Amino acid sequence: MKARDLTELALRNLREAVLRNSLTTLGVAVGVASLVAMLSLGIGLQALASQRLTRSGLFDAVFVTAQRNLRGARRPQAADSAPKKEARVLDDDVRQQLAKLPDVTEVYPQIRFFTEVRYADKTPTTTVLGLPESSRASGAFEGMTGSYFSSPTADEVILQLEFAKELADPPSTLVGKNLILRYAERAALSKGAGEDSSFFGEMISAAMPAGISIVPREKTLRIVGVIESDPSAGIGGFGGGRVFLPLKTAEQLHAAQPDDLQALMSGAAAKPSYMALTVRVRAPKNVPAVEASIKQMGFGTFSLLDATKSLRLVFTVFDLFLGLFGSLALTVASLGIINTLVMAILERRREIGVLKALGATDRDVRRLFFAEAGAMGLCGGIFGVVLGWLIGWALTWGTTIYLHRQDLPGVKISYVPWWLALGAVGFAIVVSLVAGLYPAARAARLHPVEALRYE
Amino acid sequence: MATAPILIRAETISREYRLGEAVIRAVDEVSLTVEKGQFLALLGSSGSGKSTLLNLLAGLDRPTSGAIRVQGRNLAELNAEELARYRRETVGMVFQSFNLLPRMTLEENVELPLRLAEVDRYERESRVGEALERVRLGPRRRHRPSELSGGEQQRGALARALVNRPAILFADEPTGNLDSVNGEEILLLLREFQHSLGMTIILVTHERPLAERFANRIAVLSDGKLVSDGAQP
Repeated sequence: MKARDLTELALRNLREAVLRNSLTTLGVAVGVASLVAMLSLGIGLQALASQRLTRSGLFDAVFVTAQRNLRGARRPQAADSAPKKEARVLDDDVRQQLAKLPDVTEVYPQIRFFTEVRYADKTPTTTVLGLPESSRASGAFEGMTGSYFSSPTADEVILQLEFAKELADPPSTLVGKNLILRYAERAALSKGAGEDSSFFGEMISAAMPAGISIVPREKTLRIVGVIESDPSAGIGGFGGGRVFLPLKTAEQLHAAQPDDLQALMSGAAAKPSYMALTVRVRAPKNVPAVEASIKQMGFGTFSLLDATKSLRLVFTVFDLFLGLFGSLALTVASLGIINTLVMAILERRREIGVLKALGATDRDVRRLFFAEAGAMGLCGGIFGVVLGWLIGWALTWGTTIYLHRQDLPGVKISYVPWWLALGAVGFAIVVSLVAGLYPAARAARLHPVEALRYE
Repeated sequence: MATAPILIRAETISREYRLGEAVIRAVDEVSLTVEKGQFLALLGSSGSGKSTLLNLLAGLDRPTSGAIRVQGRNLAELNAEELARYRRETVGMVFQSFNLLPRMTLEENVELPLRLAEVDRYERESRVGEALERVRLGPRRRHRPSELSGGEQQRGALARALVNRPAILFADEPTGNLDSVNGEEILLLLREFQHSLGMTIILVTHERPLAERFANRIAVLSDGKLVSDGAQP
């Protein structure tokens, strides 16, 4: 019999015993739904966890420092015997070079300085932190009061909630208002340019080929947001900031930083340089290659091991268990298919006899029962995927409501990727066909004369 | 008549059944030849083995011993697949209890052998129509068996049996469930097929008067043995 005729006959047979076949198909659907719901939950949670980890900046960042050969500095004559390796300085040229490396998305220094904040009649002191562009995507600003910086160079600030409370209560009233930052600007001095005739000034000039002068400055900034959590992350101890500026805005302030003195001592102060730079790469897997090429350039590097890898392992085991429970439901459903088809054989013995008398081969009969089982699997699979997706959606919905009550942003905890949907339907069909194996073989084996005699 | 070629040649065929320790011989060393275009009636009381013989000749069952030669093939030696093909291409069958599939309409029932034979979809339609016209059921083609009378159902079964244009048409007590008027109509149709289509008809019945009226030849079975075999005038 041709496949099309076979399908038509199978569907017609399924339609005739509609209640029983619907219930069997529903059984398959529930099995598939539980499988899909379990796995989508596993996948969703995994995606959520690794997304958070990836966006945390812990695993897609390389921390770059200038490598100083201290021994070489003490014994400069030893350099003759070995190929001379310049202690390279982390300056703007290097920063641009690093930015051009493949898979590098952003290169930024750490900018952190102390400041006095003026708002209304209050003048608390605190730490200012420059935030790189990538922090916008870190997820830390979800659910923040106000909004993120309008541009990477905007004269805007975001305040940490505890600090904002010191300025106004409720802190949300601060959004849109201006505040003034009072900070110390670092200006480079060329040799002899310092006209400071004081003893201290003389001493500094004497000690260093070039120096810096520190000038008090003020800057007016608009408050655009108040954030509850600490948005700064990544390697290099970014925590602790309570007033946040866009990194570029912060850089333009040329504020004196705690490590300036260290930079001075190393003699690199004449030219603006960085103590350290953070290099962000596209994905954690790019870290080793980028780190290697930075080392080649002659800098020290530091990065964390890719923890997402071990996370994936944990979740694979987790998914396996969830899938196992889901499959259990599908196993029960497949017993339902076997039962339905075996019952159908008893009921349709005579029909099988007639088919055989009219010239149907054993193969035709077997394929007919197989097609019926497969069709139940297909329908059950599709319906099950939809049902499973709905369950996942309901879980996400419920979780989001709960999180909103706790003043937390909602998360998507269930996710049905296309391969899971297709795989689940395919799995349902395979399970149904396997379940149909025995009934189909039994039906095919029926002797036509005996089948026709059956009343 | 005597010059017609031989279509079926059964050579000392037996069919045994085992019932526990006992061996029952339903057909006992029967030899029989059927000529092309003949209307043969197998007559016998209940349990005489006539239906078993018909099943053997129709390829629904295999003999325990002996050979059945049809168109050069020995049915006893064919495998299940080849036997199914024989039933599909050479044989048409009508049963006492009609055996139309209740889920299908009349025309779908008649179409079934054509589906099994993988006949082209467009050709099927015309052949189904033709077969139904032949049994005068054209207007009832979309009815289900349950909506038809007994006589109509059996006529439908006849249409299904001849739609494949088989060489031999087997009828197993086709009038058994019908009143005499309808029964006669069925037998008239069988005779019409014999004459107009040149079909060979093998009819199993226990009603001697009917056999005598319609068949060219009557073979009588008793206890599995052929006890008489003679042409009808």
